[in-house]
Amino acid sequence: MTVDADGAVTAPGARAGLDRPPGPRTETVQLLTPEGERIEHPDYPLDLSASEVKDLYRDLVLVRRIDTEAIALQRQGELGIWASLLGQEAAQVGSGRALGPRDMAFPTYREHGVAWCRGLDPTRLLELFRGVSNGGWDPAAHKFHLYTIVIGAQTLHATGYAMGIQRDGAVGEDGEAVIVYFGDGATSQGDVNEAFIWASVFNAPVVFFCQNNQWAISEPLERQSRIPLYQRARGFGFPGLRVDGNDVLACLAVTRKAMQAAREGQGPTLIEAFTYRMGAHTTTDDPTRYRLASELEAWKLKDPIERVKAYLVRTGSADAAFFETVDAEADQLGGRVRQACLEMPDPEPLAIFENVYAGPNTLLDREREQYAAYLASFEGEEAR
Amino acid sequence: MTVMTLSKALNAGLRKALEDDPRVLIMGEDVGKLGGVFRVTDGLQKDFGESRVVDTPLAESAIIGTAIGLALRGYRPVCEIQFDGFVFPAFDQIVSQLAKMRLRSLGHLTMPVTIRIPCGGGIGAVEHHSESPEALFAHIGGLRVVACANSTDAYAMIQQSVRSDDPVIFFEPKRRYWDKAEVDPAADLGDALPLDRARIVLDGTDVTLLCYGPMVRTCVESAVAARAEGRSVEVIDLRSLSPLDLQTICDSVRRTGRCVVAHEAPVTGGLGAEIAARITEECFYQLESPVLRVGGFSTPYPPSRLEDHYLPDLDRVLDSVDRTFAV
Repeated sequence: MTVDADGAVTAPGARAGLDRPPGPRTETVQLLTPEGERIEHPDYPLDLSASEVKDLYRDLVLVRRIDTEAIALQRQGELGIWASLLGQEAAQVGSGRALGPRDMAFPTYREHGVAWCRGLDPTRLLELFRGVSNGGWDPAAHKFHLYTIVIGAQTLHATGYAMGIQRDGAVGEDGEAVIVYFGDGATSQGDVNEAFIWASVFNAPVVFFCQNNQWAISEPLERQSRIPLYQRARGFGFPGLRVDGNDVLACLAVTRKAMQAAREGQGPTLIEAFTYRMGAHTTTDDPTRYRLASELEAWKLKDPIERVKAYLVRTGSADAAFFETVDAEADQLGGRVRQACLEMPDPEPLAIFENVYAGPNTLLDREREQYAAYLASFEGEEAR
Repeated sequence: MTVMTLSKALNAGLRKALEDDPRVLIMGEDVGKLGGVFRVTDGLQKDFGESRVVDTPLAESAIIGTAIGLALRGYRPVCEIQFDGFVFPAFDQIVSQLAKMRLRSLGHLTMPVTIRIPCGGGIGAVEHHSESPEALFAHIGGLRVVACANSTDAYAMIQQSVRSDDPVIFFEPKRRYWDKAEVDPAADLGDALPLDRARIVLDGTDVTLLCYGPMVRTCVESAVAARAEGRSVEVIDLRSLSPLDLQTICDSVRRTGRCVVAHEAPVTGGLGAEIAARITEECFYQLESPVLRVGGFSTPYPPSRLEDHYLPDLDRVLDSVDRTFAV
């Protein structure tokens, strides 16, 4: 099976001889071409001012800068690992900016751009990758759940949360909704398929936002699916669509519409953001072992940031001073992220025992006491 | 005081929990219209509605996964896993998500989720319907694991579990669902024995017999039989399997100097192994003989025509008690 440039999936040759009608044409929602040309889509009208597009551009540049800094920090031994979002900025910023303040987002471990849109300080993301905590932020404060590392597990949490919204009577005109992020690899997980079923039969207000970045570490999309991922939604009984995941305007428009439908009680939508993981899976990965450099080169031409820049220049909405200001702000942010990382203290040893249980636990209390006594037995040794 | 079967006592406890707190939900397969395959949730959907007593699709991982999401939204879900052997599709959500959510959030999140699991054998069931997976959960930090043994405790313990801000794995002894005992629906839950405490169900002086869930009745019967032979057996219902009530356990063993742990689960890597190690650490110099375990064999649960050999019965428990005096 192959995936061609516009995202159409061709069935494997072995099946080509089977007598069956051709599948429906794969349509990708796009509002901004890679060349920066604005195009209209009848189902997704989007009226943004130049200033709003500039804000999106700023978001894209800043989250890429956070990512670049984090990779550098990992290379210098300050982070244990980092999962880069390079190439997926538009999918994350477009969808993230489509959320209302009361909507809840459930990320994987790569949604640094969504975290940014939710107002979470990027330095908090480093705690997990530095090994200082397993997350640690308050999900309620920014309506942004903790990173989930087990692939697809969070789709069920999101669906349950959406069922809670229903029980709170918060579906309707002024309703709330949930968005959950996952990748192409996750669509093979049982949990994701179970989440589709539950969201469907309970008509839960949840949007499934799949960033199809073409690779699950080394496994290509054709190892996960024979059909375009968004078409799976149909089998579960709710709408699915594909959007150009490198087009921040299209991602914003389709997510807004799907979230509004969910808020109003129309149930789930699957959005497949067709994008590309331009970097490695994580800083421990080496993509040269399983994919061709030419593929990356082709996707570089569809860069999510360059097309917005081209649009702003083409329409005369931004001058050189604007781009310089954003770049300077990005450098400042990078510096702040770096400094926060270097200054991040290790937790106290006895923190191991904290926050395991809400109530007292006799066994844990005893272990804590014993370990504290053990540690105390070394006190003063250095002085000798 | 009312005499109730254990199944009915759980039903009454769940009813009380639903009445006391509008955020309590019940969810599982067949828990609504049918009232559960053991009728533990009988009539609750009729009285509390389909949004609070939820008949779910047949997907155990999703039952727990969505319960986590509901808990994040402020609800207190009580999940039913229909049979012990069906919990494993949900194991990942329980172990990797439910148990760790509080720590992951540095205490910002609480997970007040109760997972009810009918457990154990003795009802002539087919494969996967007679297992005792409690040790697998007791091994996991972040979970509380309890087992009720009679109607009186079942009524209080299920309510205490629902009120707990920690996730609780709640084991129900399915072959004792129809055993009857007194329940006092008017009693204040605050007066009940705390959830993490063991209960001495029979005083004795010669040997401590530790058990929980379905084995409590067997062990009491063994103790009565032993008394006829002149042995005074102290029977303790552990009730809490994580954390263990080491205080009550060790106080008893220090008095008796002998200990047998009985459970249906295989002895290899079972709760008995953990308890024996703890007792050895805490009571070594008071022990008159090694701590012995009596339980299932280190095999998968056998076909039901053989289960009487697998499950420790009165004679096997007595044999173990005798062996603690043989050294």
